[in-house]
Amino acid sequence: MATKTVQFEIKRQANPDAPAVWERFELEWRPGMNVTTALMEIAANPVTADGRQTTPVTYESNCLEEVCGSCAMRINGKARMACSSLIDDLEQPIRLEPLSKFPLVRDLQVDRSVLFENLKAVKAWVPIDGTYDLGSGPRMLPQDQEESYPLSRCISCTCCMEVCPQFNEATGFVGAATIAQVKLFNNHPTGKVLKAERLQALSGDGGIQECGYAQNCVEACPKQLPLTNAISDVGRDVIVQKVRDLLRK
Amino acid sequence: MAAPRIIVVGGGLAGLSAVIKIAEAGGTVDLFSIVPVKRSHSVCAQGGINAAKNLKGEGDTTWQHFDDSVYGGDFLANQTLVKEMCEAAPGIIDLLDRMGVPFNRTPEGLLDFRRFGGTLYNRTAFAGATTGQQLLYALDEQVRRHESEGKVRKFEGWEFLSAVIDSKGQARGIVAMNLRTMELKAFPAGAVILATGGIGAIFGKSTNSVVCTGSAQSAVFQQGVYYANGEFIQVHPTAIPGEDKLRLMSESARGEGGRVWVPRKPDDKRPGRQIPEAERFYFLEEWYPKYGNLVPRDIATRAIHKVVYEEGLGINGSPMVYLDLTHIDRATLDRKLGGILEIYEKFVGEDPRDVPMKIFPGMHYTMGGLWVDNNQMTNIPGVYAIGECDYQYHGANRLGANSLLSCIFAGFRAGPHALKYTQDLTAAEGDGGQAAELARQAELNKKLMANPGTENPFKLWRELGEAMTEHVTVIRYNKNLKKADEKIVELLERYKNVNLADRSQWANTSFAFTRQLYNMLELARVIVQGAILRDESRGAHYKPDFPERNDEKFLKTTKASFTGEPAGPRFEYEEVDTQYIKPRLRRYDVAH
Repeated sequence: MATKTVQFEIKRQANPDAPAVWERFELEWRPGMNVTTALMEIAANPVTADGRQTTPVTYESNCLEEVCGSCAMRINGKARMACSSLIDDLEQPIRLEPLSKFPLVRDLQVDRSVLFENLKAVKAWVPIDGTYDLGSGPRMLPQDQEESYPLSRCISCTCCMEVCPQFNEATGFVGAATIAQVKLFNNHPTGKVLKAERLQALSGDGGIQECGYAQNCVEACPKQLPLTNAISDVGRDVIVQKVRDLLRK
Repeated sequence: MAAPRIIVVGGGLAGLSAVIKIAEAGGTVDLFSIVPVKRSHSVCAQGGINAAKNLKGEGDTTWQHFDDSVYGGDFLANQTLVKEMCEAAPGIIDLLDRMGVPFNRTPEGLLDFRRFGGTLYNRTAFAGATTGQQLLYALDEQVRRHESEGKVRKFEGWEFLSAVIDSKGQARGIVAMNLRTMELKAFPAGAVILATGGIGAIFGKSTNSVVCTGSAQSAVFQQGVYYANGEFIQVHPTAIPGEDKLRLMSESARGEGGRVWVPRKPDDKRPGRQIPEAERFYFLEEWYPKYGNLVPRDIATRAIHKVVYEEGLGINGSPMVYLDLTHIDRATLDRKLGGILEIYEKFVGEDPRDVPMKIFPGMHYTMGGLWVDNNQMTNIPGVYAIGECDYQYHGANRLGANSLLSCIFAGFRAGPHALKYTQDLTAAEGDGGQAAELARQAELNKKLMANPGTENPFKLWRELGEAMTEHVTVIRYNKNLKKADEKIVELLERYKNVNLADRSQWANTSFAFTRQLYNMLELARVIVQGAILRDESRGAHYKPDFPERNDEKFLKTTKASFTGEPAGPRFEYEEVDTQYIKPRLRRYDVAH
């Protein structure tokens, strides 16, 4: 019986200044195989389909179970996580490209640190007084926990930013992930002490008004975060905050 | 003069905990991590974190938590530290709650708790089945706050290569490599806290993340730090076998009522759901009536091993058993276990709410790690170890949901101690050894980059993983352990002939991996030889030829030191702190 194979086309770029080239790979099919398994296989035998020796593909990965957010890339044109992309569900040849909205590092690796900077700008944390023993936290109804928890599962993969037509250099839009975190912390009984500051951070250029309601984000999110709900809730709060700030002047 | 900076290596729960304590006390920290810290392996922890809050009217106490942990660890844990950890646990949960961790709640708005292995109490606080993720994020957010206030500098995308040690044998900083530019640089510091996690990659496939290679631990071991109890490796009973990794199916599945079973007929071809109750063998419930499916992990793993390999049972001829949740209603499953069910669904393609999951044990955790004293300091002054890379909390077997706790507790202990240590530290002579260590690392890199070999490092790694998994996990025989050691020696020899398919000086991930591989090989020998020498069975370390625990000879901490000789590490043994609870026979099939 002939071995079943899997065809890949991978966009390679040695560094940000080098030209991009496509390389083809043909690998032996295995049950349950995903895109990260294939990339590991190539590392162990870095030879292209036409028999040329090449280098292992540079890409980010860590947990391999879709919770660390590392391995986001474009797979057959779609922004998604490589680890949870099973080969059997993909049309071949499987085309792998880096995310296109972030500075390229090498091959499939890009620099997504902008998201972590955005989280700083909106103070995405609960400002506790200190880590010393101050007794138990605020009581919270199960319903409130159940509303917060999904937002707290954002893995910072940036798929929502990649697919957003408004996320580009011209707008400087912060993107859905950051807005969802604003909702999460503004809803927290202690976190809401910084609510006004967070909303103000989202009210200028690149803030929430840049959103064009394309709704691509919610579709691309691998963790099904209620991103569009978060955007509309926070959008409303930003307007209220603006009015308040205006009256106060 | 301000105290020197402190370096923390690793941004999982332990590292971030230390960073927060130092920053809060007015110290300054440089935080190094291979990955953005929010992507650290702690994110994978699922089931929960233990604390005897006694919110279920069961009369749970911190002493009971302490006793369960020491007993679960087969008396090899250092009791003073475990006792303090269990006493600190309720306060740690409160703190995490204040930081905004979305723990599951009771109708009254209090924290909910569930059962976990090795205890009869509902002691585990949880946030769905992604507790590690939620805890990591909460600490990450606090560190981001300190970072924005200038107290913490992050060096994400830098890999720790070695400690800088001065002529008096004290730590003075680290040498790290930038994983994009491949630049090597020495960073001065008064103290270095290693929080570099697990070593799963030494076993090839495990439940661990890709970065869990143990490379940093091995590097400082080779610089003179003792490695303790290396032979104690936890194999988790329930993982999904996979090509690239073994994905964990949390113990919380059993904590919420999940049942492990296997068809009584070896060749039963029917799908699990169609097999009637009478033809199912619930072997854990039958063999361990008191704890049932919630026996500690070493016990459950050996039981699965036994039904599969000794009794010849499995699923349709495959070495797997069922983990069954289908009798629990969907709403409860979604609320309490959603995260792990989603993993099963995505990677196996079946809905575990409808069909029983197929699972098998997988390498999960190292109880052993760098030797430290009661302040988390290693035998090299100024070098600390915390989290999975330390050794003293879990003895011969870790209880589920104690690891997140030990990470945070150790970080909270090491941080303030390191700050005090640096405040008292006298200035280094000259550059403290920085230039020499930088030159040593540069030479290693240069040599490796130019190595004219033929061996593919990823293939060598695969062979290491296969040998370790086959011979050094659930059942250990001296004959096979020796085979594994010989294999490692062979791989060390072949490593000299390693060939880098990629010689570029930009984001060269295979170069970084090849450096890690060498360290994995050195550390693998510590694990294997420690196992050879320990002729007894205790916790996760099980030798059929020596089936009993032998307290007279082996109620001792194993301490390995690096020799650089072909024979491998040197071993010595140290008394275990058993001052609170006298060792007693450990049995889960009857009440204790």
